[in-house]
Amino acid sequence: MRSLRTQMMKPAHTLTARLALATLAMAASTTAALAADGMPQLDFGNPMMLAQVVWLLIIFGVFYYVLSGIVLPKAASVLEERRSRIEGDLEAARAAKAEADAAMAAHQAATARARAESQAAITAAMEAAQAEAAARTAALNERLAQQISSAEARIATARDAAMGALREVATDTANALVHRLTGISNEAAVAAAVQRELAAQGKA
Amino acid sequence: MAAEGKTIDALSQFELTHAFGPIGAAVNFTQSNAHMLAACVVVVLIMAMGMAPRAVVPGRFQALAETFYEFVENLVTGQVGHEGKRYFPFVFALFMFVLFGNVIGLLPYAFTYTSHIAVTFGLAFLVFLVTTVVAIALHGKKFLGYFFPEGAPLWLAPIIVPVEVVSYLSRPISLSVRLFANMVAGHVLLKVFATFVVLLGGLGIVGPFIATLPLAVNVLLVGFEFLVAFLQAYVFAILTSIYLHDAVHLH
Repeated sequence: MRSLRTQMMKPAHTLTARLALATLAMAASTTAALAADGMPQLDFGNPMMLAQVVWLLIIFGVFYYVLSGIVLPKAASVLEERRSRIEGDLEAARAAKAEADAAMAAHQAATARARAESQAAITAAMEAAQAEAAARTAALNERLAQQISSAEARIATARDAAMGALREVATDTANALVHRLTGISNEAAVAAAVQRELAAQGKA
Repeated sequence: MAAEGKTIDALSQFELTHAFGPIGAAVNFTQSNAHMLAACVVVVLIMAMGMAPRAVVPGRFQALAETFYEFVENLVTGQVGHEGKRYFPFVFALFMFVLFGNVIGLLPYAFTYTSHIAVTFGLAFLVFLVTTVVAIALHGKKFLGYFFPEGAPLWLAPIIVPVEVVSYLSRPISLSVRLFANMVAGHVLLKVFATFVVLLGGLGIVGPFIATLPLAVNVLLVGFEFLVAFLQAYVFAILTSIYLHDAVHLH
């Protein structure tokens, strides 16, 4: 308000005086005087003042009508559209996530089932293989045992045959020796002696 | 532009003149009203053209319009609550009218209609009328209870009721004088310092150098006035919202 009053001061003679006056309040001047010939805003006798307010109300009324009736609802619809679209996108994303989660769970269940099935198949196959192997082993063992026993029988007959031949050779040799040494030829006694000797040595 | 006759003439900038030639003179259409019209047209253009693309991701122009919209919307709903949405267009119109009046007034050669007490009081009285009508429409007789808070001792009524009535009636005055005084003070200061620039500039050789001081002050003042222009529009809108809150909720 101080600077308002500078308007009313008389032209000063020097610049310094003017500057000094500009910074001083003209305490002498009353507010009424200021209103009367100072501020145009307080000149209520001016017919333009009333007209200004009337036009203000008209202009502001139209302004309000245009804003509230046309402009702001359009702006609101744009913002509402965006809000609902974001909401819808979020909803879709949430649904997609739920779907993906379900698919993941199904996939995991399938994996677990497949693993269990394959495990069972492996076990069954292993058991079957083991049984077959056991059966084959048994058959082989049996055949081997048969072969062993037949071989043993063959060996026994061969040994018996060999032992028989040995007695004959021993008897003949003993006969020949007795005959050459003593000139006596008693085949029966020699055979008995050989038989006795062989039995004593455990080779009969 | 102010140093006519080597005096500081800070007040002639507020004088009313006729706009639009003889037609304007015939209906007393002033340059003040012409600036109101300009401000309203600018606001409607910003809001209508800004929102016209209806883009989900707004461009710069649409972002500006949306910023205005959401700023005032948050202001109203923040003060009045959710039921305040009904009054949003009114507060929005007030805020934009005052803001663009203040800002357009800062342009060179422009007139600041918010520097006229008649205009600011007209707006403030409109706010007073609207809030009172809203309060009576919503609460009827209970509205009178606003002037005597419940639970206060009855023997205090002779003191409380007049105080409340006076404070209620003084709302349009404080609302209008605040805006008016701020705008007048700012424009007078700008004018005074601008005159100093001219006066000091004529002081011989050193004049132009000394004149840079008030020029620098004016540069700062212009920035400050833009802040004030926004701030006063904000204050006007938020006080309107607070009054609406009182009207809707009665305390």
